[in-house]
Amino acid sequence: MKMLSQIWAVIVMNIRSLPQRLWMSLAAVLAVTVVVAVLLSFLAMANGFAKTLEGSGSDKVAIVTRGGSQSELNSVLSREAVNAVAVAPGIAKKADGTPFYSAELYVVVDAIKRSSGTEVNLPLRGIDQAGFDLRDNVSIVEGRMFTPGNNELIVGQKVLEQFTGFELGKEVNFGKSRWVVVGVFSTGGNAFESELWADARTVQDQFRRGNSYQTMRIRLEEPGNVQGIIDTVEADPTLNLDVKTEAEYFSEQGRALRGMVYFGWGISIVMALGALAGALNTMFTSVASRSREIATLRAIGFSNVSAFFGTLAESVVLSIIGGIVGAVLSFTFLDGMTASTLGASFTQVVFSFELSPELFINGIILSLIIGLVGGIFPAWRAARLPVVVAFRNAA
Amino acid sequence: MTDGNLFELKGISKRFVKGKEAISIFGDLDMTIKKGDFLAIMGPSGSGKTTLLNMLGGVDQPTGGEVWFDGQRIDKYSEGQMAKWRAGNIGFIFQFYNLMPMLSAARNVELPLLLTNLSASQRKKSVDTALELVGLGDRAKHLPKEMSGGQQQRVAIARAIVSDPKLLLCDEPTGDLDRHTADEILEMLQLLNEKFGKTIVMVTHDGAAAKYAKHVLHLDKGEFVEKDLVA
Repeated sequence: MKMLSQIWAVIVMNIRSLPQRLWMSLAAVLAVTVVVAVLLSFLAMANGFAKTLEGSGSDKVAIVTRGGSQSELNSVLSREAVNAVAVAPGIAKKADGTPFYSAELYVVVDAIKRSSGTEVNLPLRGIDQAGFDLRDNVSIVEGRMFTPGNNELIVGQKVLEQFTGFELGKEVNFGKSRWVVVGVFSTGGNAFESELWADARTVQDQFRRGNSYQTMRIRLEEPGNVQGIIDTVEADPTLNLDVKTEAEYFSEQGRALRGMVYFGWGISIVMALGALAGALNTMFTSVASRSREIATLRAIGFSNVSAFFGTLAESVVLSIIGGIVGAVLSFTFLDGMTASTLGASFTQVVFSFELSPELFINGIILSLIIGLVGGIFPAWRAARLPVVVAFRNAA
Repeated sequence: MTDGNLFELKGISKRFVKGKEAISIFGDLDMTIKKGDFLAIMGPSGSGKTTLLNMLGGVDQPTGGEVWFDGQRIDKYSEGQMAKWRAGNIGFIFQFYNLMPMLSAARNVELPLLLTNLSASQRKKSVDTALELVGLGDRAKHLPKEMSGGQQQRVAIARAIVSDPKLLLCDEPTGDLDRHTADEILEMLQLLNEKFGKTIVMVTHDGAAAKYAKHVLHLDKGEFVEKDLVA
């Protein structure tokens, strides 16, 4: 109890004396603020991107692509291949008894990014009514559905936010073909909202794709069970196709994101070393400037343990203040902010920065580590300072 | 150890090593401090006054010899034991007061009591009594910077006596004060000695200050050269 009251008294004294070292303390706080803000911006970006992709994949839908193709863009399927797969067991049936699948095209078109004015790639998906029915949470939120056979587009909500020229009623040129935006659709915020959709056969005609497709999406009888389709593909030597659930497919696409997370941590750790140097400098200066106070307390009978924890607590408090400020700034300015980046098909994926409580805690933990490591050596010095030497220094 | 002696130093030596050179402060010093004494130690700079005071206060250790306090040999105490011993037996009064600038007068005075088992209300009572005794009952909530040098030194005296230590060690307690204020502080120390029986050891350059003591010891080159000038 006595030890705790000693430690508490020293902590209170150190914290109350912070205004005497205001600028140096603020510099230490700022360094940690920047580190935590940078870390959280990377993590929020990765988190938001991952959530966008995760939300795009369903277990109830299988995706079929050419064998070895890493993304929809690299895939190509002939009409014959589509017809061969459509008879596989395990495929759900529509009300009329026909197999429930959607053969889709995926072509790249140009767009202008609203924020930078730069030209980027956007995916134009050729789709039909089955493609709509296969996807959950799809709805037209403005305008109307495209009419099959016409050069009409509907655009995802996020496309409208991030790119110019796709407002309702606008005419858009892709090469020599001219299209009209007739509707805006929502898919609940997932990656499909970064796409333009048009009638599949019209896209085939306008982009000279003959009767080929990029992918086939299939509603499964039993969620997650693609074995029947795999068996059918393996039994036919003319078919070289990959079959997986849509959830698996998007999860693999998201793996590229791990690099972003590692990069974020890497940068943050390098910056944390800088903040650590700042914290060490601040705390050594603090110990030096308080040497008379430390010596006086020790002379009165306070233990060196209280001197140690008092100094350590000051460092931790400064760092945690920095961490909280950094996290709050990140939350204020980044959470929900929309951005777009290049996805696996070399097309833009629009996503929102997402700061979860878990990320917030990660930021605070990083600041705590900076505070502890930055404070431990100065605290050791404070504890080992011979009382008589401290008097001499202070005199 | 003789009854009536509070401190006894036997054959004390103290050496510092500075680079390759060894500096001897004391060779073979003997000293006795009786309970209830008010002792002034005078001497030129470098004579060893402050080193002696530090050793009496347990903040510096002798290189050789024995230190006895109230029947206990204390020179072999560990750092932790010595801190506890200081908390229970010694009150320090410094030349520059050494108050915590961020704490009020009352909080400064309360510091030694945080090392005891007293409750918050008992601590407050003791603090109020100590501040009343030094004439600063009405300045309890004031910060050191809001007080004069003399008032700050009186707060330091209140801090030194609040836990009722057996010995007060004063390092040039009036060195930073004008004559009038210095006399007030010295009268207060005299009162603590005569009325409350506190044993006091005071290091000073000031002959006028030394006259308040019961005994004066002159230290030169680590040896007492004249004793009991005042007695």
